[in-house]
Amino acid sequence: MQLTGAEIVIRCLQEEKVEHVFGYPGGSVLFIYDELFKQDQIKHILVRHEQAAVHAADAYSRSSNKIGVCLVTSGPGVTNAVTGIATAHMDSIPLVVISGQVPTAYIGQDAFQEADTVGITRPCVKHNFLVKDVKDLADTIKKAFYLAKTGRPGPVLVDIPKDITAKKCDFHYPKTISMRSYNPVVKGHTGQIKKALQLLLDAKRPMIYAGGGVILSDAADKLTKMTRLLGFPITQTLMGLGGYPATDRQSLGMLGMHGTYEANMAMQECDVLLAVGARFDDRVIGSPDHFAKVARKIIHIDIDPSSISKRVRVDVPIVGNVPDVLDELIKQIQVSEAKAEPKALASWWKQIEGWRSRNSLKYKMGSDLIMPQYVVEKLYEVTGGDAFVTSDVGQHQMWAAQYYKFDKPRRWINSGGLGTMGFGLPAAMGVRFANPKATVACITGEGSIQMNIQELSTCKQFHLPVKILCLNNGYLGMVRQWQQMFHGNRYAESYVDALPDFVKLAEAYGHVGLRIDKPADVEPAIREAFVKHKNHLVFLDFQTDKTANVYPMVAAGKGLSEMILAEEEL
Amino acid sequence: MRHIISILIENEAGALSRVSGLFSARGYNIESLTVAPTEDPTLSRMTIVSIGSDDIIEQITKQLNKLIDTVKVVDLSEAAHIERELMLVKVRATGKDREEMKRVADIFRGRIIDVTESTYVVELTGNTNKMGAFLDAIDRSLILETVRTGVCGIGRGDRILKV
Repeated sequence: MQLTGAEIVIRCLQEEKVEHVFGYPGGSVLFIYDELFKQDQIKHILVRHEQAAVHAADAYSRSSNKIGVCLVTSGPGVTNAVTGIATAHMDSIPLVVISGQVPTAYIGQDAFQEADTVGITRPCVKHNFLVKDVKDLADTIKKAFYLAKTGRPGPVLVDIPKDITAKKCDFHYPKTISMRSYNPVVKGHTGQIKKALQLLLDAKRPMIYAGGGVILSDAADKLTKMTRLLGFPITQTLMGLGGYPATDRQSLGMLGMHGTYEANMAMQECDVLLAVGARFDDRVIGSPDHFAKVARKIIHIDIDPSSISKRVRVDVPIVGNVPDVLDELIKQIQVSEAKAEPKALASWWKQIEGWRSRNSLKYKMGSDLIMPQYVVEKLYEVTGGDAFVTSDVGQHQMWAAQYYKFDKPRRWINSGGLGTMGFGLPAAMGVRFANPKATVACITGEGSIQMNIQELSTCKQFHLPVKILCLNNGYLGMVRQWQQMFHGNRYAESYVDALPDFVKLAEAYGHVGLRIDKPADVEPAIREAFVKHKNHLVFLDFQTDKTANVYPMVAAGKGLSEMILAEEEL
Repeated sequence: MRHIISILIENEAGALSRVSGLFSARGYNIESLTVAPTEDPTLSRMTIVSIGSDDIIEQITKQLNKLIDTVKVVDLSEAAHIERELMLVKVRATGKDREEMKRVADIFRGRIIDVTESTYVVELTGNTNKMGAFLDAIDRSLILETVRTGVCGIGRGDRILKV
């Protein structure tokens, strides 16, 4: 039987067991929306801006390990989606983005709502396609799903001209796909893994450094098992939080620009470093030259060869899928006669405990001003550490990462690579669709939340009871912090004037709004939001200390051990 | 160091822009780039000449390999190889220059492939140095136009880049 292109799109999504599509209709995708209308297997989530559609699909994927799917129209539909696509690309999130395009004959004519979608998105997708023949449509969509999820994951875009969605052909959905140009490695090289084990067992000051690759590949349990077998300290990147239980003694917390003292010092001082699904980026190791001052052997497990030896020279590269490599490594550890030298390890731990005892995350709390850190700590207590926490970008993001102790993977949802303000609220929506009963909190600031605040409307339509915790300090806080530290206290355009009354705004959208001014009201308000208003969206507007900074801090371009630990050191 | 990188890539619309976009996005240098289909019309072969440190060239080959359409990448300059370039030069050829131009073209084993009363078009193949040497050997003021294909290269002997 012959199907139209639009029918084929829907059939393909059904074959892929897609349950939710986040999108926004428009001229070029009308035939596809018409087919969506005629079925009820796939639920469409109508957002209020295409950027939010992509963030929601992205967080849907981050919180569930399914592929996020979005559908947008040509021209502005796509250009609005670009920030979302770039966000997913930087954090390697598997998405399939279907975009409408003007009819084939109009391409290149500067037609209404035409954009060079493949050209615009090319640098921020794993791959993209323009479908020029309806006969290629099913194969192309299959490839898109395959590419998004295998190897190093990422967003894949399929651009479909309107006439292709109307043309007909036979439908056959391929069961499998093979591409001569794309064969990602899965298993790690056994010889390399042996070498790695030898280095680990010979280490005097070993350290494990785990990144987002652990979360993306669902390797948290294996990482935990291996780390416990070895008894080594472990630190995680912003993207890796939850890959190892944060409350465990072996965890030194997050490292990097706002990492803990113990994590950064141990990272700098270790003699053997095992990097797992991490990429040594500038926010993590600071200056590569400073990092290289201490001689250490580096083992690097990553599925993407181009991540290895990119910023830091690696001694034992292991290209492969993280859980597969860890499986092999665990096997070898278990059968190995040799064990790590307990004396050296004990003295290394003693040194680490010394660093840890500085308690680098302590902060001063008075009775007048709400400290933002305190809000996150109370959120952690009230939710029992078991919520899905999304965040926007800035100081609140760092405080969320520092003070909410993630024991499970896929619970911490933030834009790490691109650092996209406006991510948090649509992300919370995506999390809730992927986990319909979950407790979802969005930690945000008064700057970030306004970058996608229109989604309060989507939340109302779909009854999404997410809790928004706005750490409102009246400033673009991280910008202000940098201006205070590096630009002579000149707060250029970082003061946010004319803020809306967020309580009234939440109410206008049909939600509950609470304003909290005093430290004593913080916990009761959070309880009220999560207990009394369990089934409602609650906007908690916390008036926090305007001068609070994120510490510790490694200034841009500095070395990991050159941390500023507190206000007094400025 | 100068490297000659050869790529087999799916002959798809946009393949060239993926490669050139990669170079500009990551700030890599392209001295020359040539591309054309191979004996198998579904595959294109690209030759890129780039200058960079070993670390950069390593990243370039890895990033090229990462492109979904890329089938194979090899750094030809890692071992024995041959490189060739084709150049067409239109020169003014009048009076005594006419004979002199013919003589120099012969010395460089060039061929004159178009003749008018006042001009020649000289066709020259060889490596990049030879092209430069020819241009240096003739009177610069006589050059009307120069067009070069950029380098294409192939490994010597048993080094074969094939699917």
